[in-house]
Amino acid sequence: MTYGPHTAADRERMLAALGLEGVDALFSDIPASLRATPLHLDPPEPEQELARRLERLAGRNRTDLASFLGAGVYRHYAPPAVDQILLRGEWYTAYTPYQPEVSQGTLQSIYEYESLIAELVSLDVVSASHYDGAAATAEAALMACRATRRARVLVSRGVHPHYRAAIRTYFRGAGMRVDEIPLSVDGPAAGTTDLDALERLLGKQADPVAGVLVAQPDFYGLLEPMAEAARLTHAAGALFVAIVEPVSLGVLAPPGAYGADIAAGEGQPLGIAPQYGGPYLGILACSDALVRQLPGRLVGLTTDLDGRRAFVMTLQAREQHIRREKAASNLCTNQALLALAASVWLAMLGPHGLRDVAALGAARAAELEAALAAVGVPRVHRAPYLNEFAVLVPDARRIHRGLLARGVLGGLVLADAVVDDPAVSDALLVCATEVTTSDEIAAFATALAAERAA
Amino acid sequence: MSATGERLQPTLLELSRPGRGGSIVPHPPKDALDRIPSEQRRTVPPALPELNEPEVVRHYVNLSQLNHAVDTGFYPLGSCTMKWNPKLNEWAARLPGFARLHPLAPDEVAQGTLGLLWELEQMLCEISGMRAVTLQPAAGAHGELCGILMIRAYHESRGESERREVLVPDSAHGTNPATATMAGMRTVSIPSAADGGVDIAAFRAALGPRSAAIMITNPSTLGLFERRIGELLEAVHDVGALAYMDGANLNAILGRFKPGEAGFDVMHINTHKTFSTPHGGGGPGAGPVGVGEKLLPFLPAPRVLREADGTYRLEAADERPTSIGRLRSFVGSSGVLVRAYAYLRAHGAAGLREVTDDAVLAANYLKHRLAVSGAYDIPFDGACKHEFIAGASSLKKRTGVRTLDIAKRLLDHGFHAPTIYFPLTVDEAMLIEPTETESLETLDAFADALIAIAREAESDPSLVTGAPHTAPVRRLDEAGAARNPNLRWRATAGALAPCPD
Repeated sequence: MTYGPHTAADRERMLAALGLEGVDALFSDIPASLRATPLHLDPPEPEQELARRLERLAGRNRTDLASFLGAGVYRHYAPPAVDQILLRGEWYTAYTPYQPEVSQGTLQSIYEYESLIAELVSLDVVSASHYDGAAATAEAALMACRATRRARVLVSRGVHPHYRAAIRTYFRGAGMRVDEIPLSVDGPAAGTTDLDALERLLGKQADPVAGVLVAQPDFYGLLEPMAEAARLTHAAGALFVAIVEPVSLGVLAPPGAYGADIAAGEGQPLGIAPQYGGPYLGILACSDALVRQLPGRLVGLTTDLDGRRAFVMTLQAREQHIRREKAASNLCTNQALLALAASVWLAMLGPHGLRDVAALGAARAAELEAALAAVGVPRVHRAPYLNEFAVLVPDARRIHRGLLARGVLGGLVLADAVVDDPAVSDALLVCATEVTTSDEIAAFATALAAERAA
Repeated sequence: MSATGERLQPTLLELSRPGRGGSIVPHPPKDALDRIPSEQRRTVPPALPELNEPEVVRHYVNLSQLNHAVDTGFYPLGSCTMKWNPKLNEWAARLPGFARLHPLAPDEVAQGTLGLLWELEQMLCEISGMRAVTLQPAAGAHGELCGILMIRAYHESRGESERREVLVPDSAHGTNPATATMAGMRTVSIPSAADGGVDIAAFRAALGPRSAAIMITNPSTLGLFERRIGELLEAVHDVGALAYMDGANLNAILGRFKPGEAGFDVMHINTHKTFSTPHGGGGPGAGPVGVGEKLLPFLPAPRVLREADGTYRLEAADERPTSIGRLRSFVGSSGVLVRAYAYLRAHGAAGLREVTDDAVLAANYLKHRLAVSGAYDIPFDGACKHEFIAGASSLKKRTGVRTLDIAKRLLDHGFHAPTIYFPLTVDEAMLIEPTETESLETLDAFADALIAIAREAESDPSLVTGAPHTAPVRRLDEAGAARNPNLRWRATAGALAPCPD
């Protein structure tokens, strides 16, 4: 067999010990009428042929394009040290650290992850990880409801459409309500959360709000008035949830600085490959006051019998294996290996490296804006952005397809992703990061000009 | 002795020295952030560690050596299926064509991954006997939520929104009742019968017009196939409820039992158990969900579709209004699914049957060795599936040594402990799952160790109750950790437990 060690003699010995002729006797508890029909699958593939098949499939994806696509998933430089550490079997073939005495590596790495992310978001407590940004955001919204004993949240339309969809799915199950806060339509704040609308939505006394969720930067890459949104939220007795892009926190004010109670976000930009949707890293953090409402594992510092410093999973009374139907969440498997990747990446970059990554991305994006404007493609919005923005491109779908043929992945056709905002019906969402080159930017501008003329 | 012990490591933050590190990315131009309004900028840099590559790499390599892992030894953690993680699969997931593909890349540039996902869905349909599979859920518990939300949508679509009860056997994983709560359902706990199966009388009494579903793990967390499964499924369907199968133990029934054929309406599959995607110290996983005809319309969006011309595409956002919607961003954890695909292709039908046969044979052999030794209680007679329960209830009465002590003593023998005190229905339980990838020598050595520990418990109990003796740390103060939680590094923590260098 492929990975099993048993020889025919081994199997004979085991069967003989059991006094059996064959293994079928071990399955006699499956009722005859319910036994499986034969499995129809292709024959086993020898490793060499399978490797070739996998290379062929991978080769059918086009990853050679000059890409300006972000929209929640960003390309960043990952030093090879990150993946070489991840490839150590001691990390990736371990399980949840249920026996802490032989899991101090995993436990300490999670504690360090909690510490690094806490620094980044400037909040007290960080869960050991969630599935992805969308799931972490949905959990943050549920957490706000538990903490306030209210059953309605407000989510800005500037939050990633997939996250908003996930919140809706989770909330329908929990029997709670989600209302969306519109974006400002005109003026310098167009494309950011409409604060007057937020104030109105918060004002309904009969239907109190548990939490308000706003993304920084928002889905269009724009900087949101987080401090003001947090102030309005707190005045209504609700919790403020900031949905953040972690690399941006190298240069942007962190959630703790503007009074957010909870921060959620997608950790993929911290050195994790795009790999068509995951595995990613859901970041969830909160203030000390909310720790008992925080879902997911937590690792804390303690001592062993001899007084040595050690790490252990703690506050497990929140979790499903103890509390069952009264648990804070059903979360069990999380994204520990991706949390490790993020920690190693952050440790390799350090505070100055992280700042450089974010600032260089901003500089490249400014270069991109200028290059596109020079070929007659202006921004859609006027509010400041960090490294991603929407540009006005009539007939965006056709142009986008044409760019592919010219070797350029020209961002995201916004009309495909956002159905409820007429302002972006003719627009592409484009981003740049520190890995975007001037040559790629020039190629994009040239291709765009040619495609629009076509 | 230093504060952290010989093999333990300082934290990254203790290793940090101002001015270390740098030069990984180019410096940005000085005016890079001029466009950002000052009130939006960070004023205090995050106190991340400042380190160079050698310190970072040594830190993590040294930390890694404090872990037990499948790559270092036997990991008989019941219900977790800690089998071998093939190295080919790690290589495959890292192929640039897979790893660098953006999840919102247009379908036409993602044909390789889309085709792989579609094929994987077909293989999982064949294995589970289900009509269709979604690959979106990120883990088993996420799959459970997906399944129960679909069941809820199904009942609501038929005007039966009063169906809000989910029947869950008391031996179930904690995720089952926790999932029911998340999906707005009420859990009705069903006791086990003396033979470890579901108590049929209690089960029938609990079924009624408010029943939405039953969630069954089959084989159960006792490692027993539910012999009355046909009767159970019939009773569930007779009252208009649906049957959810928790596929955590699928490794025991590959090619022997297809839940969809038997009448289950929905099940999840843990790729990180049965199909050998690595557990990663707690994750990532992937929890594909298979459904029968009734739940087909409610599958989460987007699905992977195959067109008549043989190309693949993702379903559009609003293409199927009956869908329960999204459970997460993008299509799913494709990087995990590439590994599962490679595993299935490597095995084929014959290989998968052999996986199950060998896993079940190994578990029965190990159970037999412990049973004839008389060292432990073996509460359930007859054949087990891929895992079994051994108990230390009698040993504890005689010697005072508990299952926890035995688990810790196993660490000294170089083995990971089995799952302990689970399921909750058996006193002093150990749930032992050897998997199909452990050699007969390992199985024998493990049985010998368990038997030797039982002898030690009689002759020198303090040796067992004081274990582990050779692990990097001794037993931990868990109560203290919960009483005064220290959940992140702060400068003050450094004063309490200084850095060893």
